[in-house]
Amino acid sequence: MILIVAEHTAGKLGKATLEMVSAARDSGREGPITVLVLGQNVASVATEAAAVADQVLVADLPGLATYNAETWAAAAAQIAQEGEAHTIIMGGSRSGREYAPRVAVKLDAPYLEDVTSLKGNGAALQGQRYTYLARVTETVEAEGPVVVVTVKPGSFAAAAPAGAAGEQYDVELNLPAPRVEITGKSVEKSSRVALAEADLIVTGGRGVGSPENFTKYVEGLADALGAGVGATRAVVDAGWRPYAEQVGQTGKTVQPGAYIALGVSGAVQHLSGMGKSKNIIAINKDAEAPIFKVADYGIVGDINEIVPALIEASKK
Amino acid sequence: MNILTLVRQVPDAEARVKINQQTVDLDGTTLVVDGMDEYGVEEALRLRESGAGVEQIIALAIGPKRNEDALRTALAMGVDRAIHVETDEHFDAVTLSKVVAQVAQSENVGLILVGGQEADWDSQALGAASAERLSWPQLTWTNELKLDGDTLTGRHDVDDGNESFRVTLPAVVTTQQGLNEPRYPTLPNIMKAKKKELRKDDAAAYGLQARVRTVGAEIQTRARRNTMIDGKDPQAAAAQLLELLRSEAKVLA
Repeated sequence: MILIVAEHTAGKLGKATLEMVSAARDSGREGPITVLVLGQNVASVATEAAAVADQVLVADLPGLATYNAETWAAAAAQIAQEGEAHTIIMGGSRSGREYAPRVAVKLDAPYLEDVTSLKGNGAALQGQRYTYLARVTETVEAEGPVVVVTVKPGSFAAAAPAGAAGEQYDVELNLPAPRVEITGKSVEKSSRVALAEADLIVTGGRGVGSPENFTKYVEGLADALGAGVGATRAVVDAGWRPYAEQVGQTGKTVQPGAYIALGVSGAVQHLSGMGKSKNIIAINKDAEAPIFKVADYGIVGDINEIVPALIEASKK
Repeated sequence: MNILTLVRQVPDAEARVKINQQTVDLDGTTLVVDGMDEYGVEEALRLRESGAGVEQIIALAIGPKRNEDALRTALAMGVDRAIHVETDEHFDAVTLSKVVAQVAQSENVGLILVGGQEADWDSQALGAASAERLSWPQLTWTNELKLDGDTLTGRHDVDDGNESFRVTLPAVVTTQQGLNEPRYPTLPNIMKAKKKELRKDDAAAYGLQARVRTVGAEIQTRARRNTMIDGKDPQAAAAQLLELLRSEAKVLA
């Protein structure tokens, strides 16, 4: 069977899970597509997952109330072994890429990390992935009785429901005690659409000028267009914006339908996080900014004048 | 307790990457110590300077001969000695974690520091896979660390924000921007580094077998429209951009 470990938050199945189901369908690997839901009070997640999967395995346990790399890895590996899964797919989120390698070691399986495509190639499973700060697309393959995969968010279409809902089964797990003690947590909440899910993103760089301008122009335009808000490393380092908004090598990777970069110069590390966006729109007063080289639409001009005009015009 | 810090040598961010016969060709490319690994080296030095009971800081590189340069940089920054497991073969991170785990065991290591995602293989797997091989806990994407006895506390980024944590060593930690500002090696330290031990290990001794094959590589750039709009008249530019986003790019309703 193909085992997918669901990503979910606040009782809702994440879009990443639907993308993993598409990856599983693309892979040409045989057997039922099985979604494993780990967590506590996850009945609604399991029901959503059942709409796209052949079967859903539910581990609804207090020990799974919060994510922990060792617990998640142990759970996924146990179910993979018991269910004789030959392909185990996890999300390319920060947490997914944190526990998936542990699953690969536990199962002595090769690991295809953060793939943007997945297909069978004879006995091997083949995928593509970005390397060298997303400047190179490599094709990688692995074979074996078991292969572990993580799927890059946004690379596959969300799977549509397939006929009848899959059966749900409760599973037992033997979980290790977590050794990392979490002593505090700060959730970066935003009233806006999350970057990973946003199809439209407005990002601000140093060229925006100040934290006040960021609020006025970047957030202002994002609100006018119903977009997510992103920031460059320089802006985050300067303390203008929270790390959760950072796009780039050390931040989030996004590939929305449109990425509007305001006052962003376009360093390679930033491009590695957003260079795969379907449309790139750059507004910068520096005509030599590298961002214009990758832009579909560019305006050389003053943010202070152009963005208010954009906000005004978009209301019409 | 010893700290093991991993270094990879990667192309400079501004360097052009070229492809030759379906693989990335680094000949003639400017190479540097990976930035995220450098945060790890710096943090090891700072943990010792803060008074934690750190005996030795050991830098480890796995890869071709040129990785000696990365190890010399780490030695000049202040690590005590270096180990180079030399190989020209391309191994995936999960396979390389075997070397990390074996070195950690033989060198009495209690803490491993490794970059969160190096700028060559864009992989986050080495830290986690090494932790699993050693049956150690791991903390990824840390941006604050403190060591008191064998208790490591700090803060790290997670999917939806960040967490403070406490863990008892041994552990694996992955590092990133924001953790510290790496120091520059001074000339006296560069001279001193030349006398420090740089041990060469044969990769064959670690029983490595690559499990992931790279069968192709290409520089793929999406063709961009590069439509430039005159910004001199802000209202006209705004109207024109919105019109193009609606009718041509079809990203706005």
